[in-house]
Amino acid sequence: MDIRAQLSMSFHMDKCIGCHTCSVSCKNVWTSRRGAEYMWWNNVETKPGAGYPLTWEDQERYRGGWEVSGGSLRLKLLKGPGKIRTLANIFFQPNLPTIDDYYEPFTYDYQNLFNAPAGDDQPTARPRSLITGEFMEKIVLGPNWDDDMGGSPLYASNDPNLKGLSDSQKEMLTKFHKLFFFYLPRICNHCLNPACVASCPSGAIYKRGEDGIVLIDQDTCRAWRFCVSACPFKKPYYNWATGKSEKCIFCYPRTETGQANACAHACTGRIRFVGALFYDADRIEEVAKTPDERLVEAMREIVLDPNDPRVVEAARKAGIDENWIKAAQDSPSYKLFKKWRIALPNHPEFRTLPMNFYIPPLSPVLHNAKSDSGGVFDPETVDFFYSVDKMRVPARFLANLLSAGNEQLVIESLKKQMAVRLYIRQRRVGDIGDAAAKSALSSVGLTPQDADEIYRLVSLATYQERFVIPETHRETQTTVDPRTMYEKRGTVGFGTKKQELISRQW
Amino acid sequence: MDKILFGGLPYVLLMIAIVGAIWRFGSNRYTWSSQSSQFLENKVLFFGSFPWHYGIILVLLLHIVGFFIPKAILLWNGTPLRLYILELTALSFGFLALFGLLALIYRRLTNARVKSVTSAWDVLVLIVLLIQVLTGLGNAILYRWGSNWYAAAAVPWLWSIIKLNPAPDYVANLPLITRVHIINAMIFFALIPFSRLAHFVVINPYKYLVRPYQVVRWYRRAPATENIVQYK
Repeated sequence: MDIRAQLSMSFHMDKCIGCHTCSVSCKNVWTSRRGAEYMWWNNVETKPGAGYPLTWEDQERYRGGWEVSGGSLRLKLLKGPGKIRTLANIFFQPNLPTIDDYYEPFTYDYQNLFNAPAGDDQPTARPRSLITGEFMEKIVLGPNWDDDMGGSPLYASNDPNLKGLSDSQKEMLTKFHKLFFFYLPRICNHCLNPACVASCPSGAIYKRGEDGIVLIDQDTCRAWRFCVSACPFKKPYYNWATGKSEKCIFCYPRTETGQANACAHACTGRIRFVGALFYDADRIEEVAKTPDERLVEAMREIVLDPNDPRVVEAARKAGIDENWIKAAQDSPSYKLFKKWRIALPNHPEFRTLPMNFYIPPLSPVLHNAKSDSGGVFDPETVDFFYSVDKMRVPARFLANLLSAGNEQLVIESLKKQMAVRLYIRQRRVGDIGDAAAKSALSSVGLTPQDADEIYRLVSLATYQERFVIPETHRETQTTVDPRTMYEKRGTVGFGTKKQELISRQW
Repeated sequence: MDKILFGGLPYVLLMIAIVGAIWRFGSNRYTWSSQSSQFLENKVLFFGSFPWHYGIILVLLLHIVGFFIPKAILLWNGTPLRLYILELTALSFGFLALFGLLALIYRRLTNARVKSVTSAWDVLVLIVLLIQVLTGLGNAILYRWGSNWYAAAAVPWLWSIIKLNPAPDYVANLPLITRVHIINAMIFFALIPFSRLAHFVVINPYKYLVRPYQVVRWYRRAPATENIVQYK
């Protein structure tokens, strides 16, 4: 057993209101630079929706992630017999998205509002491209262009997750009384089996052994752009101005000191949880090869129980600090993903073993109210609990998004959430009946104590409960030479060491 | 004059290349990049980058073979038929490279996005490359003994430079176009440290074929292990 630690973020999708506060705080901290304007290391998408970049989930087009072929795991990007294809395509990559798949970054010519000479017409602020500096005829795409299902016949209807849905289920896109959408906040998944790392010809991308954060060594990156193509989540971004790829760094300067990530800290809905997980690195390949149906289960198995004395002993032997062991035991990610089994990874079928987890959203039950119960459907009955599979967002859609198509896992999570609701409602309102509430809990394998804990974590938890981030204490172990630390003062600290590059030097 | 051009100048330019590359790699590695612009424009690039790189790589490989085993070229060229085969192969790949290069130049001139990421160094690189390809093709078309000259005259001259015993006489009497080709090649090398040509000497991608898929770095394990991140 090769036990390692991993920082992991979980998202409670029911509480996400799509306000983009996370995206904006991330942008302000990390990507408000030339060449990075179009990057949203954290972005929030409306689902169903085409996403950012457009249809990123369509791996027939982008060929991101892994596939099992002849019993071995290989990058989908390589198609052919081996890595040689990477070098053959180094000069031109057929699967690389271009800026038009994201959007052309722009600003407005605000000065014209002040400086325009007197005239008969109101002065306007025309959009100006941040790449060329020229005026743009028309803005055709922007961040969250299809927010809240705007333009859904064009965008949402192309959501790759709609695969396998019946026509009546697809009515959630078009029929007003069936319409429903939810938000998918996305950062880099800091996968256990990252395809971006595996595809980098320079070896510039690496996973940190101590906390599992995947980073791009800016000094080694040579702009071969394979990470952009290989990552099925499209989370490495190519900086067109500096010729280096960049990606979400899990705010490691913050997490190393025990602070929550900028996106998680800013979240107004408090939907995010950050915690440590222990996993067995020896089993990564085996788990990544598991067939779709059992993939999430296998991922739950590779995550080790931090309360198991044998695991704790192995962790100590592997040099993991006591504060990390303690944090792993209190980890909200561990509880949501493995202990209570209500959180699920995003697109596990890409086989990168993503380490961010999502609690699937409950949505209103679609019910033919007239034929039932005399025209009124009463959601406050136990019946509601058994109608999970009639929700407006079909379980099929959620399963395509979160569990490699395994609907049972999604339904299990939804039923558990519903059971907790019933149990708490019985306690607070008392109109369900003690026996009914308890039986709802036991039918999904939760104890009243579990229900109390889930309720507390997802609705009342304090900052310290939501973000259990152990400090790394790099000041005691780091290889940083203290004499040179002052050199970093006042620099952007992120590749561009000497000065912030406004434009290319070479 | 020949002594300066073929005896002194090569040293200056090659020293600029070597010292400059070491200096830039040591002090400013962040800028060491191929500066790909495929992300901004990938339609014309396909017709430029693929033919250019594959054409020029084959031609360069032939040059390298000739540099290390000039006798092989001379022996191969012993019968006219084989000479024609070699010259025609090199010529066709040269034209492939020229086609790609012209497409790339056209793309740089016409695409506003690509233009906005074009530096003065890029323009210089394209000019030098164009001169190099045109003079190379001129050699191949006008003088059917081009490959023999390379093996019999340019290679000994190159070795004389490397052995610090320059013998400009080897190349001083070659046609003008050939001499331009030689001097321009030296300028090409001198440009490497100062332009995106830096990606010409990257070693990394070849390691990719033998390394495992995943890379893990530990910042807390003792120094001198392979995986450690060394901070400057």
